[in-house]
Parts: sequence; C-alpha cells; structure tokens
Amino acid sequence: MAEFCMPSLGADMRAATLIEWKVKPGDSVKRGDIIAVIEADKGIIEIEIFEEGIVDKILVPSGQNVPVGTVLAIIRSGKETAVKTEGKIVEERATKEREVQVKPGHEGVPSPEITEKEKRIKASPLARKLAAELNIDLSTIQGTGTHGTISSADVEKAAKEKELQEKAPVTEIPKKPKEEEYQTGMRRAIAAAMSRSNRDIPHYYLETRIDMTNALQWLEAENQRRSIKDRLLPAVLLLKAVACAFKDVPELNGYWMDDRLQPKENIHIGFAVSLRQGGLVVPAIHNVDKKSIDELMAAMSDLITRTRAGRLRSSEMTDATVTLTSLGDLGVETVYGVIYPPQVALVGFGRISEMPWAENGMLGIRRILSATLAADHRATDGNRGAQFLGALKRYLQEVSILWQK
Amino acid sequence: MNGEPQEVLKTTYREAVREAIRDAMRRDERVFLMGEDVGRYGGCFAVSKGLLEEFGPERIRDTPLSESTFVGAGIGAALGGMRPIVEIMTVNFSLLAADQILNTAATYLHMSGGLFNVPLVIRMATGGGKQLAAQHSHSLEGWFAHIPGIKVLTPATLEDARGMLWTALEDPDPVLIFENSTLYNMEGELPVDAGAVDINHARVCRQGNDITIITYGASLFKVLDAADILEKNGICAEVIDLRTLRPLDDATYLSSVAKTHRALIVDEGWRSGSISAEISARIMEGAFYELDCPVERICSAEVPMPYAKHLEQAALPQTETIVTTVKRMVGTNG
Amino acid sequence: MAEVNIKEIINKHLMKVAPEADLEELSPDANIREELDIDSYDFLQFLIAINEEIGIEIPEADYGKLSTIESIVEYLSARINV
Repeated sequence: MAEFCMPSLGADMRAATLIEWKVKPGDSVKRGDIIAVIEADKGIIEIEIFEEGIVDKILVPSGQNVPVGTVLAIIRSGKETAVKTEGKIVEERATKEREVQVKPGHEGVPSPEITEKEKRIKASPLARKLAAELNIDLSTIQGTGTHGTISSADVEKAAKEKELQEKAPVTEIPKKPKEEEYQTGMRRAIAAAMSRSNRDIPHYYLETRIDMTNALQWLEAENQRRSIKDRLLPAVLLLKAVACAFKDVPELNGYWMDDRLQPKENIHIGFAVSLRQGGLVVPAIHNVDKKSIDELMAAMSDLITRTRAGRLRSSEMTDATVTLTSLGDLGVETVYGVIYPPQVALVGFGRISEMPWAENGMLGIRRILSATLAADHRATDGNRGAQFLGALKRYLQEVSILWQK
Repeated sequence: MNGEPQEVLKTTYREAVREAIRDAMRRDERVFLMGEDVGRYGGCFAVSKGLLEEFGPERIRDTPLSESTFVGAGIGAALGGMRPIVEIMTVNFSLLAADQILNTAATYLHMSGGLFNVPLVIRMATGGGKQLAAQHSHSLEGWFAHIPGIKVLTPATLEDARGMLWTALEDPDPVLIFENSTLYNMEGELPVDAGAVDINHARVCRQGNDITIITYGASLFKVLDAADILEKNGICAEVIDLRTLRPLDDATYLSSVAKTHRALIVDEGWRSGSISAEISARIMEGAFYELDCPVERICSAEVPMPYAKHLEQAALPQTETIVTTVKRMVGTNG
Repeated sequence: MAEVNIKEIINKHLMKVAPEADLEELSPDANIREELDIDSYDFLQFLIAINEEIGIEIPEADYGKLSTIESIVEYLSARINV
C-alpha cells in the first residue's frame, strides 16, 4: 500500500485544489501515469504517479483545497516500497511539510493512519450483488453500517444519486479562479521562490559571447530541407548544447540541500516559459542530453503548448535540475538570472545579433550570442562555471558534434 | 379464513396435548401411552391426568425408571404393529434412551433393508424457565435433529400441540415431539374441531419486510413480543415458527430471507453446534447473495442451566435481547 | 484569393498565439512580433498554421519579410495568385 500525496510542486507551494481525478478506484496505474489534475498557484498541473499498482481508494474529492502532503489516494501495490529517484526530494519535502501542516482531525484532511484492514471494501453480499447489477462502484460509497459496511440501502442511495447526476450532467468542476486571483497566486509563488533565492544563494555571474554563425548556418541549411512544420528553432541547439556542457561539468546540475551539493545524474532542464497573461512557469524537459535534436524540438513544442494551455505534469514542475532562460526574442542582450532553489545554476541567453567580430586578426560580421551563467557559490566556484561556459561555447561552434550526440 | 364464525374452546397447551392423546387413543386402538408416572400420577407435567381412568392401565402404562427399557419396549411394540406414544419426563433423561433412539429406532428401517418401519412417537418436555435446574432444563432437540431416520417436532402453539401428535402417529417412522415445559400452562383458544396438522412445513407467524426472525418452541412467543415492540419502532419483523427441526423446511425461511435480507435465529439450545448454527449455515449456502448483514443468533448461555430464577432467566434468550439485536441489525442502515 | 480573405486567415491565426491582442487597433505596418509579444516559437506556430491553411511553404530565409500584417498579406497574395 502506498499513499499518494499532494505533491510539492516547488519549494514554495503550500496547498492546491484538486480539480479532477483521472483515475478511479480499481484502475491500474504505472509510473508516469497522470492520475489527477490540480490547480496550484502556478496553474493547472497534471499530477503523475511514481508507483505501480492499483488505485485502492480516493480520499480527497475534486474541488477540495488541501495542503501539500495530504494523502489524496491509496495505491495498492505488489511492491511495498515506492521506488523513487528523482521524485525523492519532493517526497521528503512533502513528508516534512505534512508533519508541520496537517493537523490530525483537520477538516477534510483524512487521517494518514489508514490501517490495512480499513482498506478492504466491506459490503454485504446483497450490496455487492446490487452494485454489480446497478453498475455502481462500491469504492465510491461510504458505508453506513457497522464498521462502515456498505449495505444494500447505501448502494441504492448511490444509484439514485448517480441517476440524478446523469440526468443533469453538469460536472461540478470548481470555477477557475479569477484572472486576478490567479495572478496574485502566481506572483506570490514567484515572489517566495525568488526571495528565498536572493536571501540564501550567493550568486556569482559569468558571461561569455559565442559566435553562433556556423551553428545558425547549419540550422538554416537543415531547415531548408525541412517542411515548415518540421523546422528547428535555435533554442533547440542551445538546449542540447547546455545539456552536453552540464555533462562535462556535472557539479552545476543538481541541488543544494542539507548544506551540501547533491549533483544529479539526469539532466532535466527547466525551460522558462513566459505566459501571455503574465508570470512565468519553468517546466522541465527531461533527459535533455539523451534526446536527439528532433526529439528535443518535439519535446519543447509539446511543453510550450501545454504550459500555455495550463496542462503541465507534476514531474515537469518538480524535476528540473537546472534552469535555462532565453530572452533573446525580446531583444535582451544579456540575462542575469536568479537561481531557482534548490538548483545551483541558471543559464541565460540573450539575443543573437550581428556584430563586428575580430578573430585571428581578422574582422568580420558574425552572429553573436551572449550566454551567462548564474551559479550558487556554495556549490561551485568560478572555475567550474568557466569550464561550463567554455564547454558550451565549444558545442555551439561544432554543431555537427552536437547533432551526433 | 372464510369468515365463518368458528366455535372455539378456551384451553391450555397441556389440555391440547392431552386432547391429542385422547383423540388418538379413540381413533386407533393400537395407540397407547407409556412412561414414568403417566398413569396414576397423571404425568409429571399433568399432561395425562385422567387418561388412566378413561382408557385403563392397558393403554396408559406406568413404566419403571428406565428410559432405555421403556423406549426399547416402545420400539418393539411399534415393530409389533402397535402405535406407541412413549413419554420421557424431560429431554435430559432421554439421553438414557439415546442408544435406543439413535441406534435402534432411527436405524432399523435401514438395517432391515427396508423391511421394518418403526412407527413410534416419543414425547418429552424440554427447555428451561421453570427452575428445574441443570438436569431437567436443557434444550437438546437440536441434538436429535442431527439424526437421520427420525423426525423432530417442536410444537409451540395450541394448534400444533393439539394437531401434531396424530400426524406423527400416522408417520411410519420414529417421531420425537419436544414440548417446552413452560408452555403447558399457556392459555388460548382452539376451534372445537381442531385436529391433525401438517408437520412438514414451517409457518410464517407474522409478516414483515425488515428482518426474518427464525425460531421454534417457547422462544416463539418472546420473538412475537419483540416483534410487537419493534413495530412501534418502525421495524417490521417477519417471524417464522420452524415447527419441525428435522427435516428443516428450508424453502420457507430462505424465501423469507430473500425478502427481508436479514436473518436472526432465536434458539433456546446452546449456541455451539446448535440447530441455529445449522440454519445459519443453510442461509449462507442458500441465500448468501440476499444477505445485507451477517446472520445472527440468540441462544442460551453456554452454561448448565442455573437454578436461581434470575440466573436462569439471564441464561435464556429474552425479548429485550431480541429487540436490541434486531434494532442493531436493521439500524445499520440508518 | 482576395486580400481580405488572407487578412482574415492571418488574424485568425494571430489570435491563436496572442488571444488577448486587439488586432483592430494594430497598425498594418507595425512589427507584429514586437507589438504582440510573439516569440520565435509562437511565430513558428503561426507560420505552420498559415501553411496548413493555405498550403504555401515559407522558406526560413523569408521570415524577415513577414514582420507586419501588411507585408504578410503582400507576401502571401503574391504566392497564391501565381
């Protein structure tokens, strides 16, 4: 048995509203399945599960706002231990927050101590027969009998309610908060994370200029061969190059937690996506170093579309090991980023602009990109940062190598 | 009922049994009664009072205090073409004749390859409540219901007390009739022309939809009292008088349970290995998917029946217990 | 295809990437990417949508010619009416 809890989708998330369940008791789930949709300050997020098993019981109905760490559902599983690697921090954090936040007996918050015994559905034989005939899911019924046993009357009541619901198919999905409230929530979340970053993280900044001419020429040649919908954006090259550079300097890809650097093996790049209505979401593109350029383009398109549509998944909200922000489209020369804790680095890209460029005693007009690294000085020193920028520069100048990777 | 006014007679359970014996003696000269103190003393529960005078010592026979002997003699008489009614003082003493009942009466037809029936009727008093203590007060009819080859009757009503004997005598095989000793003084009315009744079926004494209460013997009246109280609480109990414990009339209580979806069995016997356990098992086998709550039982406390009145009453199933149990079972639906 | 229709198609797809935009107020010679805050990804989506609707392949080299509504209309009508 495993408890499926309201995840913490960022260090500063305190609570969220359960909008919709994507599963019902009895459904099989596997790692990565989306089982619920919640609305947090950051928007509507699809929550994934990390266990494999069967949904045993749903404890929090849709529409309810609950603190992080609240048990939302019980997952019956063959393997008792919930194996988590990347999600582990989130879980630990959620556990900690639960201890602090969930008071026993708090209204609407089920007690986390659910014994094995209580999880079996107790229903009378008649109730079971009736439920099968009326197509009622017993796990959705709260029994009124001794020890919560479901009786035939409970089933009949549920059947009546179901009939009423079907007659008037108005699903009561709670209204989206007003734009204003939403903005307030979003700003509050950003404010909390960024204040914490500025307070706790001693940032250091390094900047370099990268000649993108060859890379862009390569890209243009590639795009010429492609139909419009398969074309690549320069951002994909940048993503790939950043991932490769982090592979070379792994100390920058990870978390600062418990007073020490915890480098991460997987490179999940948080990709800053600004929202038209204001605000910013930084969902993760998973395993960027392991994806081909085309896969990355597809992943990025999918992610941007879903971010703007407010359909992100929980792992995308929590898994990022490092952040990339690109403001070149808006004409920004150089980005000096604020690290998103507990990450230890942020890579910023400005616009790519034509510049007079001297190299090997020659002067030419080249397309130049300003790349910056904001890094946590507790975790690394400038030397490592410089190595990273050097690697980044190398990959962006030898796109053919990048292409192979 | 066809609405015709019936001529009725005020009577008691004891008189009804006596009338049944008298009627049988008159109708069939092969019928005779024997047992301890049935003659001059008129029976230890005064059932046979006056019969000696009426039918003479040939047909109303006092026996020695030896259950094995006179039950055996009864079997012999039955085999010899008579229709004996053997009275055993109480069910506890019937154990002295258990060998005759089980090893002879119940098996003879089988052992003789179907040649010899044993048309014997054995009557005995059963049950507690009269302060007769632990050697005279038990309810062992459930034990006898375990035995193939015999029938076990438990008349609770005046009609059955009056009518079951003749039908039992007509039966070609041994029939045991258990008369609850607390019922002998029960008063009531019987039609003047009351006579033989069927012994193969249970009877629904009271219709209801919320729960089926299955019982027999003296407990029937406690159950009916409980049903009255429950009705005032909005619970409509269906009450079934089993009447016959062997063979059990499964169809009647199973169809009732299928209607009410709950079953309570009230049995004056001890709980473990009781007839109530058998009925409960048969409900599970035959009506499991009709059940909306577990089958429950109210039985006598598993102690030797106490002599002290308050302890004896505490050991027996009582109306209040039935009421609270039913409320709990039905009330589970809120 | 009339210029009016092309303009309608452009507006329709612009509204998809910039739903809050007031296209009535937008000057035909304003730089749409700057005015409507359209990033490279959204711009690509916009061109893909135009391509799917009217079937004109737009080479990447021509992206620079597509900065205003006026220029997009001109660019597309020239190619449709060939």
